Amino acid sequence: MLKPSPDTKSKQRNIAAWLLVGSAAMLALSFASVPLYRAFCAATGFGGTPQTAQNSSAITKPGDRRLTVRFDSNVARDLPWRFEPEVSKLSLRTGETATVYFKVSSLSDRETSGQAAYNVSPDQAGAFFVKVACFCFEEKRLGPHETAEWPVVFYLDPALEKEESMARVEEVTLSYSFFPTKAAARGADAGKPKG
Amino acid sequence: MASSTAGAHDHPTGLRRFLFSTNHKDIGTLYLILSVIGGMVGLLMSVAIRAELMHPGMTVFPGLAQILNGADPSMATDAGKNLYNVFITGHGVLMIFFMVMPALMGGYANWFVPIMIGAPDMAFPRLNNISFWFLAVSLILLVMSLFVEGAPGMLGFGGGWVFYPPLSSNIGHPGPAMDFVILSLHLAGASSILGSINLITTIFNMRAPGMTLHKMPLFAWSMLVTAFLLVLTLPVLAGAITMLLTDRNFGTMFYDPAGGGDPLLFQHLFWFFGHPEVYVLILPAFGLISHIVSTFSRKPVFGYLGMAYAMVCIGFLGCIVWAHHMYTVGLSLNAQRYFVFATMVIAVPTGIKIFSWIATMWGGSISFRAPMIWAIGFIFVFTMGGVTGVVLANASADRQLHETYYVVAHFHYTMSLGAVFGVFAGFYYWFPKMTGYLYNETLAKIHFLILFVGVNLTFFPQHFLGLAGMPRRYVDYPDAFATWNYLSSIGAYIGAFSMIVFFYTVIEAFLRKREAGANPWGPGATTLEWTLPSPPPFHQFETLPRITGTEH
Repeated sequence: MLKPSPDTKSKQRNIAAWLLVGSAAMLALSFASVPLYRAFCAATGFGGTPQTAQNSSAITKPGDRRLTVRFDSNVARDLPWRFEPEVSKLSLRTGETATVYFKVSSLSDRETSGQAAYNVSPDQAGAFFVKVACFCFEEKRLGPHETAEWPVVFYLDPALEKEESMARVEEVTLSYSFFPTKAAARGADAGKPKG
Repeated sequence: MASSTAGAHDHPTGLRRFLFSTNHKDIGTLYLILSVIGGMVGLLMSVAIRAELMHPGMTVFPGLAQILNGADPSMATDAGKNLYNVFITGHGVLMIFFMVMPALMGGYANWFVPIMIGAPDMAFPRLNNISFWFLAVSLILLVMSLFVEGAPGMLGFGGGWVFYPPLSSNIGHPGPAMDFVILSLHLAGASSILGSINLITTIFNMRAPGMTLHKMPLFAWSMLVTAFLLVLTLPVLAGAITMLLTDRNFGTMFYDPAGGGDPLLFQHLFWFFGHPEVYVLILPAFGLISHIVSTFSRKPVFGYLGMAYAMVCIGFLGCIVWAHHMYTVGLSLNAQRYFVFATMVIAVPTGIKIFSWIATMWGGSISFRAPMIWAIGFIFVFTMGGVTGVVLANASADRQLHETYYVVAHFHYTMSLGAVFGVFAGFYYWFPKMTGYLYNETLAKIHFLILFVGVNLTFFPQHFLGLAGMPRRYVDYPDAFATWNYLSSIGAYIGAFSMIVFFYTVIEAFLRKREAGANPWGPGATTLEWTLPSPPPFHQFETLPRITGTEH
């Protein structure tokens, strides 16, 4: 059999090393897709991701259009909370800041905690739905049978009037789903028999 | 390693020859044996599935669950439903990872890529060995998963070969069966990545003098593209199932919306691997069909460069169309427009290939030997599958056809008929080379005829069922679908029967020992393997062949 020269060997190792690097890079990319996609959505409002106001002075002047904003509230089955907005919808001018309270009460005898996932629809409205403050930015805790009112402060960016895909949108829905946080979920699970 | 004359170059025999083999031909043989085992188990599963679907109602699986899982008769119906789901999952995984891939990627590529490019062996012979044994262990893990708890109180993982969470997460299958499947896929993936690195290095670095990339046989080209697809997309599957594993066992929330995750992430990652994977299954068949058509038409392949770059193009496009499996998940309209368009573009290079095969035959002096019959059968069924693929590429049509038997018919026409006809075409083309014996060509043609009739009878009626709205993955169906299901099942039995003819053909060839000679196919067979005796010596090309002239 032909003896591979040392030159051939090192060239082979080089190719194999590059291919391994390529594989490892794709593996890393599959994990990186999570933060990358999140950053992409936050930056562009893709898929109905609401924007977060960096400073409230960003609101320059109110716009002309009026849109209806509806509120949708959901609670995961394993979180013993009642959670609903004080109004189901309101009419709002673009650029006008609104505050809406959500009434929440715990039905549990123990302290519970939850975190809300949120989205707006239709998808293209995400880029123009700007939250100034929201209870959904952090984990919330409720004592046994505690009741609270949590505000969300937001405005619709007047820039949406120039957006073609928003021209026929009359109504924007802001949706929340409360899930128990992991520690709470574990606590609830601990009582149940495994498997 | 090659410094001493003994050691690396002795010719081990018996168990040592195969267990510790570093010889590309022996490892190729091992892969082929593994693919026969995987294929037979997968085939038996599909026969059980078709037997169940032959008549409406639960007929076969409750009894099967009592036999295989030891299910209590009072629980037999539910255990039977679960076992049906386990079988469709097992059938898919086995056929993809343990039948077609070991046959085309492991078997034929190991056997013939080094020979075709004039190399003495693969670039990393020991890596080749571990690739194979990883796959063997992976198969064992997969089989073990069938016998441990998956869904509560049930055995095995029954969530389909796509493993979508939440069905594959702790919600759907809290038992360890899914963990076995995940580890099995990790090993199969590692095996394929290592095998691909080996193939690419071999092709880039070990071509004989004068064998430029543009003179390289098309089968080697097809394996080069396939190997690149695997190196780049399998790590994404590995990432996806690793996330699933940590979600299941270590409390991460990649796919759980409660923790800010998203189950759709899995579908995107899975299909980023899954779509290139279907080209991994079919590209090697493209390569070897080109050789067979050229050999038996006694003409060089029409449009060699076009054929090679069409495969490169298919490979590239295959990586950027994954979401056409997910039209119904709520993609934005613009995303759907892109994926529809990109998917349809694939029809162009695929069309180039089918055109070129027909143009190769055109005006050729065709001899209808057994491999040629199989190759023409391949072109026919693959074109059929491609046409329904263009239909399914439309997001609007897919709304109706998603998860119906139309999709089942489509991918079985490309895979079960296309890739499998490719496997058999290659087998009958290279069998004389691999063993040194001629098989009985009449038997090989009878095998073709029975399988061709069987699989077409199985899968053509499934188009009608899908158009009528019969969903996939269900153990039962309304009476309205009974007729075509009955015919489809009859077809499956005919197709399964053809395997008996296949085994008889192989055994007969080994018993009769008709010498094949170096080149049984005549002047049309121009690639380097036909310059060697049959079977080729344990080590070939001790002096490297020199490739001159302009032919490919």
